[in-house]
Amino acid sequence: MTAYLLRRLVGALVVIWGVATISFVLVFLMPGDAARMYAGPRAPEATVERIRQEWGLNDSLPVQYVRFLGRAVQGDLGRSTRDGRPVLQAVIERVPVTIQLALAGLSVELLLGIPLGIIAALRPGSLIDQFTTVLSLVGVSIPQFAVGLVALYLFGFVIPIFPLGGYGTIAHLILPALVLGFSGAAFYARVLRSSILEIANEDYIRTARAKGLGARAILNRHLLRNALLPVVTLIGLDLALLLGGVVVIEAVFGIPGIGLQAWTAIRNQDTPMIMGTVLFASIAVVGLNLLIDLLYLALDPRVRLNAA
Amino acid sequence: MQPNMVKLNTRNQNSFWGILRRMPRAWIGGCLVLLVVLAAVFAPLFSPADPLQQFREGLSATGTPLPPDGQFPLGTDHLGRDMLSRTLFGARVSLVISFIANTTAAIIGTVIGVLAGYYSRAVDSILMRITDIILAFPAILLALGVGAVLRPSIPVAILILTLITWAPLARLVRGQVLSVRERAFVESARCIGARDRRIILYHILPQILAVTIIWATVSFASTILVEASLSFLGVGVPLPQPSWGNMIFEGQTRYRIAPWMIIVPTIAILITTFGFNLLGDAIRDALDPRTSQRL
Repeated sequence: MTAYLLRRLVGALVVIWGVATISFVLVFLMPGDAARMYAGPRAPEATVERIRQEWGLNDSLPVQYVRFLGRAVQGDLGRSTRDGRPVLQAVIERVPVTIQLALAGLSVELLLGIPLGIIAALRPGSLIDQFTTVLSLVGVSIPQFAVGLVALYLFGFVIPIFPLGGYGTIAHLILPALVLGFSGAAFYARVLRSSILEIANEDYIRTARAKGLGARAILNRHLLRNALLPVVTLIGLDLALLLGGVVVIEAVFGIPGIGLQAWTAIRNQDTPMIMGTVLFASIAVVGLNLLIDLLYLALDPRVRLNAA
Repeated sequence: MQPNMVKLNTRNQNSFWGILRRMPRAWIGGCLVLLVVLAAVFAPLFSPADPLQQFREGLSATGTPLPPDGQFPLGTDHLGRDMLSRTLFGARVSLVISFIANTTAAIIGTVIGVLAGYYSRAVDSILMRITDIILAFPAILLALGVGAVLRPSIPVAILILTLITWAPLARLVRGQVLSVRERAFVESARCIGARDRRIILYHILPQILAVTIIWATVSFASTILVEASLSFLGVGVPLPQPSWGNMIFEGQTRYRIAPWMIIVPTIAILITTFGFNLLGDAIRDALDPRTSQRL
């Protein structure tokens, strides 16, 4: 058990190290002179040279790499070439907004997907089941940013129910969350459906039925608890995708999270800011996945036995 | 002759194409895909105008885009360009980029997956760690990072899309190889002295191909989506070259006066991705009838 956890932890650390290395290489390859960009085009060469010295840009690649890693471990992800602010601070300021949007999207996915999956599984082949199948195909087919814009046009402008983008109230959050969660919801429904149908054939379900348990009790106490396990795994796999969607949705709806910040950073060619955001988000994804693995251990005794 | 024909017929009924032919999903998806491919191939023929030409009569007296009308069937954009022509030529750009990126990613993913699954633990863990690293990046964010470093162009868009697409397939293929490797026919091949190369090429690869094909069809749709997102965010296809993503980007600030600027490319993307997803779903069921019974 401890060995398993240790192995997972080491694996996660290796992945984070790789992510950090790729981030560093990209920052290093960035065209243009970061110091010049920070100082401005009219700054005298001496000033630019001073900044270069200060930031250590004149050092060799390995020296810069080791320093980058050393600083990253201490939580220093570099400075914005735009305004010189520490990247980590800028990212952390915006993170709550992104978490809020991601959670809202995830809620839509689960609140819509789980009931739909259960209904579809209880009546396989029914109209609602076929509807779910089609819906899941539509769900994976929609370009979220485009549908977000069209939704803004329809429900913010033509029929003004929701605000035209921005951030602050619950009303601001509903439309982006729906657009964000729709694709995922159909996907969760499908996974849950096949997982329920698979478990419905297990011996312990037959036993429960044989001892005279009602359909509702079987569903709640025996079927769902097991069928929801793959959904937990899926949340972990979904996180990176969800975060990617959040970035685009933030840009469409003008929600000031880390995605919008990264997008603005691209326009400003502020590479440390972009890579800092990427690094931060990736570490978050790896960390949350590790957490989900632990959750899995707690939820499923079979995994605990195998891991031991 | 007679018995032969009967035999041929029964085989046809249960063959991959036989099953596929009986699926409405395959037909609808196939038609949508064909529609888009034809639109892309014959874009110069169908287009009423040059996609880059800015028509003087393409703007209203106050300089706003024109709604769909006689001369411009899908309206014009903010520069007085014909939306229909831009959408058709946009299909070319989107399809070509996604096709090249997706094919390259399919090859890379399969090769890495097979190598990781077949060879020793060291090769396996190195390759799978690399895969994990790519998978840990939220794809769009990684693409934004790479796109910020390299100047946006079509080859760069292809590179970015390939980079973020191959990893899930590598995972999938590795899993398949791990189970195929233990099967009796691989063992027999090894017993009669077949080398690794031969075993991989003649015994393992054919078993993997179905997975790769299904994956490639479904993945095509998501590649189109990511390409559109990237162009929308400004790190994909550079303007003025029309792609569906950057057309929506141009419409983003003008959708209140010209909603067709975002609606037309959105529908074009939807037709394409829905077509490929339907087709991919049908191919998956036709190649593996078990899933259609279970799902």
